[in-house]
Amino acid sequence: MATSELKTKDPGVDPATGEFRVIGQGQTFKSVTEKISRIVLTPHTPLGWFALFGLGGAVATVLMVALVWLLLMGVGIWAITQPVAWGFAIINFVWWIGIGHAGTLISAILLLFKQGWRNSINRFAEAMTIFAVVCAGMFPLIHVGRPWLAYWMLPLPVTMNVWPQFRSPLMWDVFAVSTYATISVVFWYIGMIPDFGTLRDRAESKLPQYVYGLLSVGWRGSVRHWMRYETASLLLAGLATPLVLSVHTVISFDFAVAVLPGWHTTIFPPYFVAGAIYSGFAMVLTLAIPLRKYYGLEALVTERHIDNMGKVMLATGFIVAYGYGMEVFMAWYSASHWEAFMMWNRMFGPMGWSYWVLITCNLAIPLTTLWLRKLRTNISFMFFLSLVVNTGMWFERFVIVVTSLYRDFLPSSWGTYRATKWDYMIYVGTLGLFTALFMLFVRFLPMIPMSEIRTMLPGAKITPKATAKAGD
Amino acid sequence: MPPREGTYGLLAEFDTPGDLIRAAQQARQDGWRRMDCYTPYPVEEAAEAIGFHRNKVPLITLIGALMGLAAMFSFEVWVSVLAYPLNIGGRPTYSWPAFIVPAYEWTILWAGLSAAFGMLALNGLPSLYHPLFNAPNFRNGATTDKFFLCLEALDPKFDLAEGKKYLETFQPVSVVEVEY
Repeated sequence: MATSELKTKDPGVDPATGEFRVIGQGQTFKSVTEKISRIVLTPHTPLGWFALFGLGGAVATVLMVALVWLLLMGVGIWAITQPVAWGFAIINFVWWIGIGHAGTLISAILLLFKQGWRNSINRFAEAMTIFAVVCAGMFPLIHVGRPWLAYWMLPLPVTMNVWPQFRSPLMWDVFAVSTYATISVVFWYIGMIPDFGTLRDRAESKLPQYVYGLLSVGWRGSVRHWMRYETASLLLAGLATPLVLSVHTVISFDFAVAVLPGWHTTIFPPYFVAGAIYSGFAMVLTLAIPLRKYYGLEALVTERHIDNMGKVMLATGFIVAYGYGMEVFMAWYSASHWEAFMMWNRMFGPMGWSYWVLITCNLAIPLTTLWLRKLRTNISFMFFLSLVVNTGMWFERFVIVVTSLYRDFLPSSWGTYRATKWDYMIYVGTLGLFTALFMLFVRFLPMIPMSEIRTMLPGAKITPKATAKAGD
Repeated sequence: MPPREGTYGLLAEFDTPGDLIRAAQQARQDGWRRMDCYTPYPVEEAAEAIGFHRNKVPLITLIGALMGLAAMFSFEVWVSVLAYPLNIGGRPTYSWPAFIVPAYEWTILWAGLSAAFGMLALNGLPSLYHPLFNAPNFRNGATTDKFFLCLEALDPKFDLAEGKKYLETFQPVSVVEVEY
């Protein structure tokens, strides 16, 4: 995109490159530390925080109610039955875990690619990953019907002496998702240790000093520690990268290994992974745009970040578009009657509207507009777009699960799917749980990694003696 | 055993990473070995300056990875071949391609945990107490915006008065004595 599109007088634009700055001008070690640690250490919680936390908590209560009823009555209160035996639970599971993947992409893959701009957004993207995995992990557990027996999925020598079937993708899922959750939490925590040290040293009252002191495990910033820490971070990033790719691949195997038309396809693994990153970046934008505004972090999460995330979404959006196109192509090229009917039914059958919602939200709106830098750096437009893509990606999973299942090989066994109020309550409830957890994170943990931001400040340049200046 | 009372070392405070690195390089050239730098973010050049080039985290991670791989793969084989063989359409019980995925996940799980906890262990963390926290200016700066060089009393060259004079030649913001 040509530089001339931008207002060159905009102070956010670096005249040397014509790009938006990654970090606003005039920031020093002190100012950055002050800005980020104040959000956590202030004794005055902003009213808006209480409002959002209250809202999230209230919606999460709906989840509690629905879960209690589910445990009392069983999964029969959901709309799942034959032929659509996988409903909202699996849709939501795949949707949430896909959202989580952008957090790992930002924290791990962009670290390996030395994309410095990711430093501002990686912490809350990782938090988003963990809370999304919390929401996602719940669904398979409650979907088994008797969650108190969920430990049967683990290879434990239970009383019946029955061992799990290791050839099943559902079993692989158990290992993929549990490893993903564990490594994400470890990566997140290790990343926060130096910042906990900063919070410990800057806290003025006893309780935060004590708590952050414990969490910082006595971090004191020795360069020997830093070097091992950097090695461990790089290794964790190198491990999280194949992990995140494998997680959504394994989830796509849950579908692709079945013989059902619409599921039985080799394009699923890459297309699921790209879709996951697509929706995850949309969710990062949904979270980052209000946060930077509300907490005045525009100098740290700049238009450059929004712009770059828009570019990643454009690229992954096209991979997803290729996936959709290839599904249609294979339905024709395979010359399989069942495949062709499935595709026709998916587009024009009684639930065909969901396919067109998906095409509108995932392809028509974002892939035409994201080309323009003017729109990519238009904050309100990007916020709107992020909601559109989140919706579209939810419908993608709806289309894959429901429209492949409801009319299978035998017309006498055709059915339909209409979600019940309990389905909706659980889905909306997880949105509340996610919001509430995220608000707790924003209030009590450093949402931007201070130590990583410092490495990008002009003060971190090693200058010859004559020109060395304090702080900046 | 290190002494538990008296002087831990001398701590010089600098404003910029450049000053710290020059001081650390000079000190190493002058024969100092027991010293450390403290910075608010990773400064690779400072680690080089004090002669810290390599660490054992990658080795620990590799060992963890291989253990995870071996543990899960052999477990799957044991379950599927010996403990609970399932005959599904006469397919072989030792169907190793299907065992790769959980083994792969556990390779990553064990490697990641080894990297994280191995790093903490090599760093001697958690250790909530350290003599440096006694220095009046350390906590205010080391995790925010200041750069420190500490010459430790365990170094054979160490002498309180001499060391202090030596550090002053680097024109630091301050030089303080750190007690245990």
